[in-house]
Amino acid sequence: MANVSMTVNGRSVSGQCEDRTLLVQFIRENLGLTGTHVGCDTSQCGACVVHVDGKAVKSCTMLAAQADGSEVVTIEGLSSGGELHPVQAAFREHHGLQCGFCTPGMIMSAVDMIERHGGQLDEKTVRAELEGNICRCTGYHNIVKAVLDAASKMGDGAKVAAE
Amino acid sequence: MYATNYHRASSVEDAVKLATANDEAKYISGGQTLLPTMKQRLAAPSDLVDLRHIASMKGISVSGGSIRIGAATPHADVANSSEIAAACPGLAHLAAHIGDPHVRHMGTIGGSIANNDPAADYPAGLMALNATIVTNKRSISADDFFTGMFDTALDDGELVVAVEITAPSKCGYAKFPNPASRYAMTGVFVAKHGDGSVRVAVTGAGSDGVFRHEGMEQALASNFSASALDGVTVDDADLMSDIHASSAYRANLVKVMAKRAVSAAG
Repeated sequence: MANVSMTVNGRSVSGQCEDRTLLVQFIRENLGLTGTHVGCDTSQCGACVVHVDGKAVKSCTMLAAQADGSEVVTIEGLSSGGELHPVQAAFREHHGLQCGFCTPGMIMSAVDMIERHGGQLDEKTVRAELEGNICRCTGYHNIVKAVLDAASKMGDGAKVAAE
Repeated sequence: MYATNYHRASSVEDAVKLATANDEAKYISGGQTLLPTMKQRLAAPSDLVDLRHIASMKGISVSGGSIRIGAATPHADVANSSEIAAACPGLAHLAAHIGDPHVRHMGTIGGSIANNDPAADYPAGLMALNATIVTNKRSISADDFFTGMFDTALDDGELVVAVEITAPSKCGYAKFPNPASRYAMTGVFVAKHGDGSVRVAVTGAGSDGVFRHEGMEQALASNFSASALDGVTVDDADLMSDIHASSAYRANLVKVMAKRAVSAAG
C-alpha cells in the first residue's frame, strides 16, 4: 500500500491506496471529486485531464503514487468565489458541449493551452492542441469557438493587468 | 492492472539497485506506454522503479554542436527548447508531434527509445542523427541500439541515462500519422551531417522496427533535394501490412515522407 500526500485544488490531502491505484481513481474515489471523468480508460480521450505541477496530464495514465508530493488542480479547483473560470464561462456562452461528459477534460486542456500560448492562439493551433481530447457529440466547432473566446478575454485581462 | 510495487528512485545508482533487486521489475519514466499496457494486463511488472525524480537524468544542454538530452526529459521540453530548435530543428518538430499535449508532458525520450515501438518517432530521429545512447554502463550508437521491433541492445536492468547528438548541418522529419491513433503509419527523418554524409531513417513502416534506407542516403548525399529521390525505389518486401495500410502503400509513403522531410530540412 502507498501513503500518498498531495495538494489538490489548494488543499493538502493524504490517503492510503494500492500502488497500482491510478491518479484518477484516487481523485474520484478517495477524495470524492467526481468532476474528473474516466472516458476511454485507454489513454486516448482526455476526459480525465487534470493539472499536475502546472501541466495538463491524463490522470488515467499516471499512478497516484507518481503524483505523491505534487500540486494537482481538477475541474473543481478552477472557479473561485462562485465565479466561473473564464474558460468555463466561455464554454457556457458558446454552448461548447452537448452531453458534457468530455467537458471537464476539454476545459482543463483549454486552460493549459491558453496558459502556454497566451494571446497567440489561433483556430489551427486550438484544433491541433485538442488532439488528446475526444468529444463524440459536438463536432468540436463550438468547443474551438469557446477556447478562442476565452483566450482572447484572458489575453486582454493579462494585458490590462500588465499595463 | 495487476498489483505492483511502486518505488521512487533518487539517483541512477538507486534506480539500478531497485530494478535489479527483482527479476520482474520495470523502469517507469513517463509511463505513457507502460501504464496503458499494464491496464490491459499485457504487462505485469512486480515492481515499478520511477525515474521521473532523478535530477541528473533531466534537462537539455547544447554546447557548440554537442547536444545532450537527459533520458527523463519529457517530449514537451524537447519540443519547446529554443536551443534544440536552433541546433536541430527536425528533432524539435518530431518531439512536438508525438501523441498529444498531455502525453508530451509525461512521456520521455528515454522511455520512448527503450521501448522501441515500431511506430514511435524518436527511434527514426536518433538513428538518422547518428545519436549515441548513454546508459549507466556504456555508450551505444543508435545503429547498434535499435535491434528490432520492441527490442534494444539494453541488458536486463541497464538504464538509458541520456542521448547525445552532434548537431547536423540540416535535418527534417515528416510523418503520416494514423488518423485515429496518431502513431506514425510512416515517419522519415533525414539528416545531412557535417562530413557531407546523409542518413535517412524510417519508422512506422518496417516489419522489424526502425531502419535506414541506403538508396535514399546515397541519392541525397550527391544531391540533397527532394527531386533526387524520384529515381529511388523502396522495396515493400520488409514493410508492414495491416488494416491501415498495405506494404505497397507504406513503400510509397516512405518516399513521399522522405521528400517532405528533405523539403522541411531546407
